Amino acid sequence: MMMNSTLKTLSKPRPGTVITGKWHKNSYRVLRELGSGANGIVYLAQAGGAKVALKISGGTSVASEVNVLKSFAKVRGSISGPSLIDVDDWVRPEGATPFYVMEYIEGPNLLDFIRKNGRAWAEVLILQLLKDLHVLHEHGWVFGDLKPENLIVTGSPPRIRCIDVGGTTVKGRAIKEFTQSYDRGYWELGTRRAEPSYDLFSAAMIMIHIHYGKALVKKEGGIKQLKEIMKEKPELVKFSPVLLKALQGWYHSAEEMRLDMLKTINGMAGITAKPAVHPGNAPMSRREYRKKKRKFEWLETILIVKIVSMIYILYLFGQ
Amino acid sequence: MKTGTLKQILLITDGCSNQGESPIAMAALAREYGITVNVIGVVKHDTIDEKGLEEIEGIANAGGGISQVVYAADLSRTVQMVTRKAMTQTLQGVVNKELRQILGDMKTIEDIPPEKRGEIMEVVDELGETAALEVLILVDTSASMKHKLPTVKEALLDLSLSLSARTGKNRFSLFVFPGKKKDVEKLLDWSPKLEALTSIFPKLVIGGITPTGPAIREATAYFKNTPILRGNLSDDDEQYFEDTV
Ligand SMILES: Nc1ncnc2c1ncn2[C@@H]1O[C@H](COP(=O)(O)OP(=O)(O)OP(=O)(O)O)[C@@H](O)[C@H]1O
Repeated sequence: MMMNSTLKTLSKPRPGTVITGKWHKNSYRVLRELGSGANGIVYLAQAGGAKVALKISGGTSVASEVNVLKSFAKVRGSISGPSLIDVDDWVRPEGATPFYVMEYIEGPNLLDFIRKNGRAWAEVLILQLLKDLHVLHEHGWVFGDLKPENLIVTGSPPRIRCIDVGGTTVKGRAIKEFTQSYDRGYWELGTRRAEPSYDLFSAAMIMIHIHYGKALVKKEGGIKQLKEIMKEKPELVKFSPVLLKALQGWYHSAEEMRLDMLKTINGMAGITAKPAVHPGNAPMSRREYRKKKRKFEWLETILIVKIVSMIYILYLFGQ
Repeated sequence: MKTGTLKQILLITDGCSNQGESPIAMAALAREYGITVNVIGVVKHDTIDEKGLEEIEGIANAGGGISQVVYAADLSRTVQMVTRKAMTQTLQGVVNKELRQILGDMKTIEDIPPEKRGEIMEVVDELGETAALEVLILVDTSASMKHKLPTVKEALLDLSLSLSARTGKNRFSLFVFPGKKKDVEKLLDWSPKLEALTSIFPKLVIGGITPTGPAIREATAYFKNTPILRGNLSDDDEQYFEDTV
């Protein structure tokens, strides 16, 4: 029912259509539609011998998403998003439509994969996800719209990958896109400001979704309903100390949560069920950082003045 | 680059106006004042008549905004998305204008190679995060909307939550139409949060007519008449946005 107001006026490319870019002149033959969402439509396409994913969008989202994918490419090591192949305009008599081409990530989404291969995979894949999130966060990004549909399990051995960077937001800003069930704002458990703990809430909700069997609908805000649900499944009971911390925003990094999960799997005790050091858990904004830095510089100056005057006094005494 | 105040009217309705001036003309008028008009059509099942749909799209088109037709259940997500996209669209307009001044008359974003658009988008994103935003919410409370109002309330609280995560300042006000005695009634004066809604909404009186056009006209006037708490905003903001949207 949701319609993209700009896209709905343009006709869709049919299978077999060849899309040639205005600027780079690369051609892509559309094979089929992979899926569509609020920001556009994604097609499976062929370029030379290779399969690629091509996203067409009527709005400004192409430029935003390309920005995210480009900065992912700069990060060495793995950020699990698709790699960017091309950006261009598709010119038709009706007008130019921006599109971008990315690596096609082949495989079932997280839920389908687990349904087929067993829930034993849940822990492994969530651990992989947390590792990727850590890298992403370290580079100043928050994924935002983390949900099972945006997670694809690919290859052998199976590896989790994130698609749809439409929600990926610079740390400290307002989350660009989210999905209710996995959004801590909807559950009244935090703000929609992009911080690592925002993603960790979603990761915990995904874990709950996997074992509970469906996406949760809020009956009342807050942690109570989620606590009750976690009592129903043994897998969730086992992880509940970790999940509760994640749901309440008590982890400051994905790595902390990952280590706690590893401890739980090993049957090790010792997960502190308290928020760690700073209870506010808000990351420092640039302004705060600058303020802190300035304060530090002040202290430094005072210290230097003190030391210098002490040396001076010693000097005077020495005379 | 300076950031001004973005002004939006968010109209939430379920169909056709049946009283007063043409809402499309009134939306076009609002646009002349630098106000963007967005429309969300809330439908029950797949039922929205052609005429209603045309009007919804017409208003958004004339008001330089975005329209979206949704089921009540999708309302929260849509309200925040429409608001955000409309902001981006307006800012893109502003940035495009600046670009034209730099690059010469004939250039639009489409004449710029895709590689370079990213930088422009970064500016737009940055402005969207930091710009001050005023949203006047205009809710249709004609009889057919009655059972949708609790969902509308939820969606608006949710919008307030989303926007409060931004660095920029937000101000909201809420009008309903038809009002008790007049076409439009103000329920909430400009305020930074929408929480006050919770106590206002249950008291709503539901009317029979749908004076959408007059409602948009009054909403537009309300933007102009309020002594705007300028704070650290510069005085030429208004003019700045007026001729760019
Ligand atoms: N790189 C890719 N490889 C394989 N499939 C993909 C890829 N990108 C997108 N898809 C498929 O296309 C669908 C829609 O893409 P995407 O989620 O990016 O669109 P969207 O408009 O951002 O949607 P949403 O409203 O969920 O944010 C996805 O659910 C997925 O099935």
